[in-house]
Amino acid sequence: MSYSALAVTAVVAVLVVDLAVYRTRMVTRPVFWVAYAIIVTFQLLMNGVLTGLDVVVYDERTIWGPRIAYAPLEDLLFGFAMVTLTLASWAAVNRRANTPRRRGLDTDTRRSSTR
Amino acid sequence: MEQFTYLGLLLGCLVVTAPLELLLRVRVYARWRRLLLAVLPEFSVFVVWVLYAIAQGHWNYSATRTLDVRLPGGIPVEEVLFFLVVPLCSVLALEAVRKVTGWDAGYPAAPDDSRGSIAARNERGADRGAESGSGMEADR
Repeated sequence: MSYSALAVTAVVAVLVVDLAVYRTRMVTRPVFWVAYAIIVTFQLLMNGVLTGLDVVVYDERTIWGPRIAYAPLEDLLFGFAMVTLTLASWAAVNRRANTPRRRGLDTDTRRSSTR
Repeated sequence: MEQFTYLGLLLGCLVVTAPLELLLRVRVYARWRRLLLAVLPEFSVFVVWVLYAIAQGHWNYSATRTLDVRLPGGIPVEEVLFFLVVPLCSVLALEAVRKVTGWDAGYPAAPDDSRGSIAARNERGADRGAESGSGMEADR
């Protein structure tokens, strides 16, 4: 698979994980998008240095071609998948750890938080 | 010095985000076990991706702008650190936005993650839905 194909696949897979597997629904939340806007700014900066200084060199045959701040367009998809998977996992871990049941504080019937 | 280019960038990320933990007190480093657990899926998937990309020749790394210490599979040590540092900084960013705005991130606030609100939360009966209905939908 080319880098392009993998990058698109990763974005789709991460959306499935966020919306259907963890059901953390991070991509529906303003808090996520504001954080992502900040993260992507720094990503473009760091990626620009990494690719601008040739720390990382891409094979032109496995990318679409267009670049943003020296980095292939695919890097944005790569970064989005990486950040979204991380933040959805973080939300899932905290949801599990912070729910009252886990802390022995719930009194009514609720589904196990260990799923 | 140029062999520290990549490592320096990673260090820069940690330095730039450190005030979020130290001054804004988002308690991400403080919850390091959760952090490790949350980073695990990302780390596994993306390291495998990079190993595949290196094997397929999708991209390669400078020998002069990295320490040129290659781990099995040809992955530079900085690249492995990248998949720990960037998620850490991303979580710091999310927690910072969450703390400043008070917006729902889909999970209840930790009992200890904001000063001054512990007593208030206890009065409301534990911390259920402490942040604008959070937890309600997430727990279903």
